Amino acid sequence: MSHVSAVVRPPLVTGGKSYHDITEDVCRQVEGKPTASWKIVFGISTIVLLLGTASVFWTWWDGLGNWGLNKTVGWAWDITNFVWWVGIGHAGTLISAILLLFRQKWRTSVNRAAEAMTIFAVICAASFILMHAGRAWLAYWCIPFPNTYGSIWVNFNSPLVWDVFAISTYFSVSCLFWYVGLIPDLATIRDRAKNKVSKYIYGLLSMGWNGNTKTWFRYEYVSLILAGISTPLVLSVHTIVSFDFATSVIPGWHTTIFPPYFVAGAIFSGFAMVNNLLLIIRWTFKLQDYITIEHIETMNKIITVTGSIVGIAYITEFFIAAYSGVEYESYAFINRAFGPYWWAYWAMMSCNVITPQFFWVRSIRRSITWTFALSVVVNIGMWFERFVIIVTSLHRDYIPSSWAMFSPTIIDIGDYVFTFGLFFFLFLLFAKYLPVINMAEVKGVMKSSSERFPYKVKPNTKKPGEHVTE
Amino acid sequence: MDTNKRFLVGVYDDDDEVMAAVKAVRSNGIKIHDVYTPFPVHGLDKAIGHPRTRIPMAAFMFGCLGLLTMFVFTLYTMAIDWPMNIGGKDFYAFPDFIPPMFEFTVLFTAFGMVFSFFITNGLWWGNKAVIFDLRSTDDKFVMAIDTSSNQKSEAEIEKALRDTGAIEVNVKEVIEEEA
Repeated sequence: MSHVSAVVRPPLVTGGKSYHDITEDVCRQVEGKPTASWKIVFGISTIVLLLGTASVFWTWWDGLGNWGLNKTVGWAWDITNFVWWVGIGHAGTLISAILLLFRQKWRTSVNRAAEAMTIFAVICAASFILMHAGRAWLAYWCIPFPNTYGSIWVNFNSPLVWDVFAISTYFSVSCLFWYVGLIPDLATIRDRAKNKVSKYIYGLLSMGWNGNTKTWFRYEYVSLILAGISTPLVLSVHTIVSFDFATSVIPGWHTTIFPPYFVAGAIFSGFAMVNNLLLIIRWTFKLQDYITIEHIETMNKIITVTGSIVGIAYITEFFIAAYSGVEYESYAFINRAFGPYWWAYWAMMSCNVITPQFFWVRSIRRSITWTFALSVVVNIGMWFERFVIIVTSLHRDYIPSSWAMFSPTIIDIGDYVFTFGLFFFLFLLFAKYLPVINMAEVKGVMKSSSERFPYKVKPNTKKPGEHVTE
Repeated sequence: MDTNKRFLVGVYDDDDEVMAAVKAVRSNGIKIHDVYTPFPVHGLDKAIGHPRTRIPMAAFMFGCLGLLTMFVFTLYTMAIDWPMNIGGKDFYAFPDFIPPMFEFTVLFTAFGMVFSFFITNGLWWGNKAVIFDLRSTDDKFVMAIDTSSNQKSEAEIEKALRDTGAIEVNVKEVIEEEA
């Protein structure tokens, strides 16, 4: 049976919840009126979004000259933020796809919110692509379409074109995966709805779902296959993002270590963001029985693993730069650590290499305050990682007369603020109007992993070596 | 023409109980219309006698279609319609086109499979759900038995449901549109 779980595993759903309690606890905030705290936070994020929108508007209206870029540093703030946001998105797919393949039951109560985070983070990342296109209304030139210039097509040899395909596939498949998972829960809300409007809207979205055996059976296959194809997809996305750099000839960029190093870094920063969001959600929506300290501890362990991979990658990169004997490569790395941007490099090193090691201490990784604070630090560190890779590799050009520095303008900062406003605006809408926990999946692991139901594993009474006849 | 179908609806409290009940009711010679559960109960499809789903095969086919589409597209655009010398590479620089081919494989698999899933299960925006008991999407496990397709009397069916642990047995008339 599927209900077997080891006795030593702590329960994933505490508080003696029944199936009905799950429905009640998760639907409560969807069905209730928006709370005062939700309204305040939503108001703030709307204001931030509007301020950011003004900045984005000016970027498009007046042009990219408003950014701090110069002839030498032609990629900086925009690409840093793009990679940062895409990276954050990766944790959601890891939780929903890779952990499904590994049969990790703890993913059930965190996957919905994490996937939502993925989708919104990718939207934020995409907005930087549109911004840095300069003339955003011509961004469709990235798509191969028959045109009157030949037809002249996009260059499929370019990693930037691969990126267009990778990010758009990733975004659409993530949305699809998320939506398929939502349908059963939307049906639950539909069947509980009291007023006509919500009955109509949730009814429309749930597509006539009634939970019959065949549909569930196929649903499970669909989820499994979506997980199976999303796993290489998510790895391919950040691999291709790293190709944007790795296939170039810039010292500090063209390293073969980039794909695994970027993917590990992406999951690292994504889990930090998931931690931050879930800590807020469990507290505001009182979901402590579903998102338990065990969940947080598990995610902190993943942060330690991926953070350590990132740390090893930093050191390997440095070693290889020296060991290769290539002057330019060595210079690029010495310049990173001791050049004019030394502070960014050491901010990255201390935030990303030292911070996750705190989680070796059990009391720290089970502490909400520590988890929240260290997760913020990790995300700051990961932002600096991208800044260091991009800006410090560019700002010392081949000719010393071209050497330059980059500093962001107010418009640069405004564009970054825009994505924060957008992210929280979308996330708050999601948290209010959709179930933040996958009710159906949590109910499915109740028998094996909740406090209410006794564990079905019988204690081992057989003597060692005794023949088992079953 | 619309006909009213009469169903006996057994409501169960627990997934393990409904699983045992399905086996018992079927061995009793009663044909089950369907079972509605709030979450997937593993093994229920086998117990109820559904054949294996062909969804994975559909997914595979769509994946092949996606791969082929991008293969043909890159071949046409890069090597046939407007060949260009890019970095001295072959016009058809195959390794460079693996990433877009991979992405299209995934894209076609995902959308093709999910839309096949929607269509085969009658899920579509605007469709009305046939619900035997509103609690079947919350915490109850509902077994529906079509009285017209069974030889046994309603009393016998009801007894079989009660004996296997149904907490309620209700009667539900469903208007089924005939094709």
